[in-house]
Amino acid sequence: MPIEIPKDKWPGKIRTVTLGATSEQGGSRGKTVTLGGASTLPFMNFEAPMPHPPQIAFELRDRRPDDWSAVVLDVWGGAADDPAVWARAAEEQGADLLQLSLSLTNAQGNPTTPQMAVAATRKVLESSSLPLMVYGPGQAEADNELLVAVAEATKGERLALGICEDKNYRTIVAAALANDHLVVARAPMDVNLSKQLNILITDMGLPPDRILMDPTCGALGYGIEYGYSVMERLRLAALQGDSMTQNPMTVSVGFESWKTKEAKVGADVPSAWGEWTERGIQWETLTAVTLLEAGADLVILRHPESLRRVRLAIQDLASIAQAA
Amino acid sequence: MALSGIEIYKLLPQTNCKDCEFPTCLAFAMKLAAKQVELSACPHVSEESKARLAESAEPPVRLIEIKANGNSIQAGNEIALFRHEKTFYHKPGLFVRLRDDMESAALIGVVRAVDAYRVGYVGMDLTVDGFAVEACRGDKEAFAETVASVRQNTRRPLILMSRDAAMIAAGLRAIDGENPLLYAADETNWEAMTELAAEHKAPLAVVAPTLEGLADLTQKAKDKGVMDLVIDPAARDFSESLARATQIRRLAIKHNFRPLGFPLIAFPGECDDLVKEAMLAAQAIAKYAGFIVLDHFSAEAFYPLLALRENIYTDPQKPIQVQPGLYEFNNPTPESPVLVTTNFSITYFSVANEVESSGMPAWLVVADAEGMSVLTAWAAGKFDAERIAKDVKRFEVAGKVTRRRIVLPGQVAVLSGELEEELPDWEVKVGPREAVDLPAYMKQVLL
Repeated sequence: MPIEIPKDKWPGKIRTVTLGATSEQGGSRGKTVTLGGASTLPFMNFEAPMPHPPQIAFELRDRRPDDWSAVVLDVWGGAADDPAVWARAAEEQGADLLQLSLSLTNAQGNPTTPQMAVAATRKVLESSSLPLMVYGPGQAEADNELLVAVAEATKGERLALGICEDKNYRTIVAAALANDHLVVARAPMDVNLSKQLNILITDMGLPPDRILMDPTCGALGYGIEYGYSVMERLRLAALQGDSMTQNPMTVSVGFESWKTKEAKVGADVPSAWGEWTERGIQWETLTAVTLLEAGADLVILRHPESLRRVRLAIQDLASIAQAA
Repeated sequence: MALSGIEIYKLLPQTNCKDCEFPTCLAFAMKLAAKQVELSACPHVSEESKARLAESAEPPVRLIEIKANGNSIQAGNEIALFRHEKTFYHKPGLFVRLRDDMESAALIGVVRAVDAYRVGYVGMDLTVDGFAVEACRGDKEAFAETVASVRQNTRRPLILMSRDAAMIAAGLRAIDGENPLLYAADETNWEAMTELAAEHKAPLAVVAPTLEGLADLTQKAKDKGVMDLVIDPAARDFSESLARATQIRRLAIKHNFRPLGFPLIAFPGECDDLVKEAMLAAQAIAKYAGFIVLDHFSAEAFYPLLALRENIYTDPQKPIQVQPGLYEFNNPTPESPVLVTTNFSITYFSVANEVESSGMPAWLVVADAEGMSVLTAWAAGKFDAERIAKDVKRFEVAGKVTRRRIVLPGQVAVLSGELEEELPDWEVKVGPREAVDLPAYMKQVLL
């Protein structure tokens, strides 16, 4: 009995967004990274191949992040003391791109100045050839002050600047517009707010192919189901033709997973949690794989072993032919 | 898939006789489609239509149960491709595979460790569901002994694995009276396996590398009276597993294709690189497996997989709430501060996680905000000064502390004045907006 494989055909398509610019393109990157382009649900290769399989970034900080899980800090060792060394190590460990998070203060507790933010960004750009995303500390005033300086100092590099939220996006978008960069637009696990923010940003004149959507993911055990379903709904809306949801999605899996107690804490936890390092890696890895199934185009990780594992999954998902 | 009102109408007599007490057959059909009335209310419907309507009322993915002396695990009865469309109903069973060529003491060790494993998550005890026992030695006695030995050490449901029906029969004799899942019927052994399944009223897995092969096997089994089936699409990598699972689920749900309307079984351990096993299991949880057999048990992998399974199978229309009440962290004393949050699960667990990891003793009032997050509840009028004060009194917080300090979430700083009026002998403080900033806040402000 022959069975016709049910294939979905969608009117819409995910936009392609390219990060980084080579020297010919006015930047200094060794390569660019293109996300998106899918015309069907994730990894449905029997319907249409994925033109740009999901990519993996490492998250770095401008200074040693004392609040990170010791499991992650230990594996990076001394590299975490210097963004230049860290960036080089991250590239060697196989990242497709890097995401630098700026801290609110320096190690002495003084506020990070625009000069310091620019210096950290330059260090990363000089020691690695990968495209770069730069996130502010997450407080509107500091984000705006630091990201504007970074954007101006790196004009033409096509960095992705983050994070734009509905309460604070204008200054960051203006800086991206003026200096040939991209932005990351984050909404709190809500399809309509994600869409609304994309509309607000494009209304300022930033072309939609310079926007990455961050739907906010939630870690395994801590709300991943909300992020998962919002991402599935965003992807379905995009494929159904809703233009303002057609941007590639990026998720901060490392940030979300390694702040869970399971990944962060090694002592005085139930024995049923198992060994700490492997548990943390599993937490990050399984969060990433689950969100890739929901439509993530870029996962930002922290642990090199997680990258190695998630890479294996992506290579298999994106490249192996499927019977149709 | 359920029929629409119009489709049902076509199966009715279309006489508008009103014997069902509805004005027209169409009106009755609409009520039937909405499941607000029984078909038996129509005395004139033909036998053929009855059969078709009964079939359409069956779930598109059949419910399958593996039973073991009172313990059982169910999979199937699913109606959605995406959890947000409705919900996913039956969490996939997680099984650990044992082989009869394992050294006996080692095997018993694994059985006991897995059987005893339980991990607390969101107030629940999560456990592994059962064991798959595989015949590898080609020795019926040895297999029966292994099955018996597993059964002596666990009461959980079993899957018996061999392509040799005689081997499965030997295993079944060792657990007389149970209904384990028999794995598996293929195109060569299906007759003998189907007979065994019928005789023991056991669910039967069928395995074939193509959809046609699978549909052919389920049809043959059904013709022999075996209705409780499980499908193994024989894909073992990420890509092919995902494609096959999606195609089968779509055929069952969107096309009402009965021959593939059964739960799937996945074997993440049969991959080329063991580091993929847990990731493949995670994919199987998200994408449609009914039973998942892993080859390696470790707490580090099973805890996140069990938690992921809870997450994916949570009903999106009913967010998990936590019990409102007064919670203790890090052995609080009467000097410790009192924090406030809502009973939305993510909110609660974000706050609880941070307070706990801060290492600082604290009390946490989880107010009854009807399961909403802080901002949502505040906007909906479910989290105001009056309600917080009411819960502080209801949970008798004043009796627990001598130093009356209460910390509001930063997102509702606007409530602080009103709360001071409601709780006049308390010092009302405003905490950070985000839970993640709580440890720093507690260390700087609450010492």
